[in-house]
Amino acid sequence: MIEFKNIKKRFGDKVVLDGVSHVMETGKTNLIIGTSGSGKTVLQKCLVGLFEPDEGEIIYDGRSFTDMSQEERKLLRQQIGMLFQGSALFDSMTVEENIQFPLNMFTNDSNSKKLQRVNEVLERVNLVGSNKKKPSEISGGMKKRVGIARAIVLNPKYLFCDEPNSGLDPKTSMVIDKLIKELTTEYNITTIINTHDMNSVMEIGDNILYMVNGKKEWTGNSKDIIFSDNKQLNEFIFASEFLQDAKTMRMLEAQGKMDGNGNMVNK
Amino acid sequence: MNFFTHFGKYLLMLKGMISKPENAKVYWKEFMHQCSDIGVGSLGIVCIISLFMGAVSTVQTAYQLVSPLISKTTIAQIVRDTVILEFAPTLVCIVLAGVVGSKIASELGNMRVSEQIDALEIMGINTKTFLVMPKIAAAIVTIPLMVILAMALGIYGGRLAGEASNILSADTYDRGLMQNFMPYNVTFALIKAYTFAFIISSIPAYFGYFVQGGSLEIGRSSTKSVVVSCIMILLADYALAALLL
Ligand SMILES: Nc1ncnc2c1ncn2[C@@H]1O[C@H](COP(=O)(O)OP(=O)(O)O)[C@@H](O)[C@H]1O
Ligand SMILES: [Mg+2]
Repeated sequence: MIEFKNIKKRFGDKVVLDGVSHVMETGKTNLIIGTSGSGKTVLQKCLVGLFEPDEGEIIYDGRSFTDMSQEERKLLRQQIGMLFQGSALFDSMTVEENIQFPLNMFTNDSNSKKLQRVNEVLERVNLVGSNKKKPSEISGGMKKRVGIARAIVLNPKYLFCDEPNSGLDPKTSMVIDKLIKELTTEYNITTIINTHDMNSVMEIGDNILYMVNGKKEWTGNSKDIIFSDNKQLNEFIFASEFLQDAKTMRMLEAQGKMDGNGNMVNK
Repeated sequence: MNFFTHFGKYLLMLKGMISKPENAKVYWKEFMHQCSDIGVGSLGIVCIISLFMGAVSTVQTAYQLVSPLISKTTIAQIVRDTVILEFAPTLVCIVLAGVVGSKIASELGNMRVSEQIDALEIMGINTKTFLVMPKIAAAIVTIPLMVILAMALGIYGGRLAGEASNILSADTYDRGLMQNFMPYNVTFALIKAYTFAFIISSIPAYFGYFVQGGSLEIGRSSTKSVVVSCIMILLADYALAALLL
């Protein structure tokens, strides 16, 4: 569980985060959603300490991250995995070396044991056999999956993903969402995902924080979203007519006025 | 930002760099990798410029010493001393500031911009220690070795040119090399080489590590780092000469 209270962050005169508070739950996919520039990335980076918030407190499972020394933070970070928006793979290393890097740094395992673990996670993200490829030789979706593999290789307790499916086709992005969701429940990870992808919100939105201009505008889960009458949220999530229709159908379905095939039920 | 802010940030980077490695083996590997990158990578250019600078010094010194009263061996002495004192350390390091400096700055800049530095940081790695220290250490180990090589090749280049253009025979040249040799000159040149090696690696590392923006800024800060390193080399060159000679 990661709890944060009243996080404020400004760059120069520009207020990017204006007092955000929320609780990210363990074993759930916690989503931070909002338009581009609403402060999702900055919030995530504040939570892991890549940015220092100007105000506010961050608590990891009862331990105050805000009050930790650099050394304590370094130790905690060995339990954090992070997938960056641009994957951030080390481009001088192969896929295998990328994933093995955290193992080399933080374990004293034998080479064969490390390699076994690498192959295990490669299998988990469906990339068996790509060991010797360079990041420049693989597609965007594969890079994200290597990024995920590297993030989970040390069995993290906390997983951060910044727009894991931006720039991917709908099918690949669903595969990635499903993968993250599975890992989260399987290993009981506290997962935090930044996204503005409508599909992800509906599919894996266990706990959603909707931000507008650096402020919390709405929270709930993917079911609550259907019934929310928050105007900004509705405009953001159900941006197209097609999606508005989908929302109406889901609402009717949930109220029992329509069956799963889209036929009206007469009561 | 003004000079003092930069300088302060630079010193803080150097201070932050000093910490215990998370894993000695990985750091050692990175250090060896940098040694091969910085050292072996620039060996070719160092060999070429040192041979030629020795050759040119012989020809030009002979051209300036027209008096028959001056013994030919003097040419060899002058070539030896200029190569050891100035050409090998300073000229080679200025060239290396371009070769090695731009490489360090753009490598770190690219890692910063593509969030690879953040990725390392999030794993719980002190990136200043892991990325900057091995580069500076590798430069301090390999660059003075290259300067020594440049001394030898420079003097040898002078010998070749002396013979090839019938200025003086190899025998005379060798005799000249032995006359009035001051070992302190070599020590002084090495002090210069260590100082310059530190400049060439730490200044571009600073510019690369703190890049903000995109690929345009990587190029810009890499150029800037080379210019600043060159100026610092020349200033240090003058300061050391004034202090130690
Ligand atoms: N390092 C920075 N310096 C100055 N401004 C920044 C920095 N990082 C982000 N911002 C600003 O913060 C705002 C929110 O950015 P971000 O969190 O990246 O948005 P998003 O929700 O799309 O991830 C943007 O207006 C951006 O310009
Ligand atoms: Mg973002």
